[in-house]
Amino acid sequence: MALANIFETPAPGFNFDNAGRNAALEGLFDGGNTPKPMKTGTTIAGVVFKDGVVLGADTRATSDEVVADKMCAKIHYISPNIYCCGAGTAADTEKTTDLLSSNLTIYSLNSGRNPRVVMAVNILQDMLYRYHGQIGANLILGGVDCTGNHLYTVGPYGSVDKVPYLSMGSGDLAALGILEDGFKPDLELEPAKELVRAAIQAGIMNDLGSGNNIDICVITKQGVDYIRPYRESQYKDNRKMKYKYRPGTTTVLTKEVVPLKLEVVQETVQKMETT
Amino acid sequence: MEKHCTDSRVKGVSTGTTILAAIFDGGVVIGSDSRASMGGEYVSSKTINKVIQVHDRIFCCMAGSLADAQAVIKSAKFHLSFHSVQMESPPQVIAAASVLKDLCYKNKDELQAGFLTAGWDKKNGPQVYVVSLGGMLISQQVTIGGSGSTYIYGYVDAKYKPNMTKEECLQFATNALALAMGRDNVSGGVAHLVVITEKGVEHVVVPGDKLPKFHDE
Repeated sequence: MALANIFETPAPGFNFDNAGRNAALEGLFDGGNTPKPMKTGTTIAGVVFKDGVVLGADTRATSDEVVADKMCAKIHYISPNIYCCGAGTAADTEKTTDLLSSNLTIYSLNSGRNPRVVMAVNILQDMLYRYHGQIGANLILGGVDCTGNHLYTVGPYGSVDKVPYLSMGSGDLAALGILEDGFKPDLELEPAKELVRAAIQAGIMNDLGSGNNIDICVITKQGVDYIRPYRESQYKDNRKMKYKYRPGTTTVLTKEVVPLKLEVVQETVQKMETT
Repeated sequence: MEKHCTDSRVKGVSTGTTILAAIFDGGVVIGSDSRASMGGEYVSSKTINKVIQVHDRIFCCMAGSLADAQAVIKSAKFHLSFHSVQMESPPQVIAAASVLKDLCYKNKDELQAGFLTAGWDKKNGPQVYVVSLGGMLISQQVTIGGSGSTYIYGYVDAKYKPNMTKEECLQFATNALALAMGRDNVSGGVAHLVVITEKGVEHVVVPGDKLPKFHDE
């Protein structure tokens, strides 16, 4: 069981250690205007094609009505052959995928085997189920391993489904329309990339929470092609001025240098054993 | 994802389903639809697999919250496998059903999942068990479950006969699932059927357009 115990088995039941800390933090914001967690308000999609999997995502991260990040990376690295798109609470998707990636790397080193997509899915399912939906992560996992090309969805409550094409996030219904219309089994690479791009584009156009550029990640047996951005937004704003000020913008009136007087009080040398 | 969940009592993805199992002469048929829904208005998957193999000759059908059902079945698979290794023989169908019942009963406050277990073992032949939401375990000759089952109680009561042949039973099961899928909005997709006998396991998938049609379709 040594290989399977990648996590330390958590204590049974819920861990409410952070409840006290959260209550104290909420007390700091009198009036109850606690900052809302940043959501990615996203469109993410994935398609299985003949030689592998194509994952796509928009790049907008929103905090209520403000775009918090215009070039947010929503396609996360899990292992050399597995990538994961995340929708939902930005911090949750980041940390969950990071944790998964670390654990799979340790597993890989310990067992001498490349991780399989189904193992990543099982680890995610166990973790998310244990938290009963409190971790707001809607994930699309795609990868290529020795058993073939796989695309899975993992929901925040821990439900798993294996599918040939998929979209998630606030723009999922718009993207799903494109995917339902254009998907065929065993697509070639270029049509598959174009299908995913069109699906994300539909999400960007029809959903306020999605926007800016489109990232694409193509995973095949030969390797990974992470194209960031695949398509730039045509509404990109070009800055008219620079915000960097050259030295001398503010005139220096006087300059005074005071050297600090330091005395050597004690000097010890510790030899390091390097044998 | 909030816009998908409206008033459903199940949080997250629900299987909102039709499942059934029936014993025939020499084996058992277990089947389900393939729709997973969120909130009663969004179909999150048209091809979800609800008939899961927990051992060589034992299958389970799940109903209720998809996350809860998948988690319980995962745990049950492990326990059954371990039990089988310790006993050095394949588990009995009642063992599988009991494992599920234990998990459902002990965690009844947190879980929203029900199961049908069907299989064949050497001691008692073909058997069907129902584990309900709260953890009740009973054995029946034929049983239906899920939200779509309410529409086919009449059909099942009228048409089921003990000791049918395999073909008759398959037809009965396909008809029942088709009727339920036709009336229940949260059941649909394809009909997954598994036939378990002493000799082995046979999967039958009936796509939506090949399902039997009735008078008004």
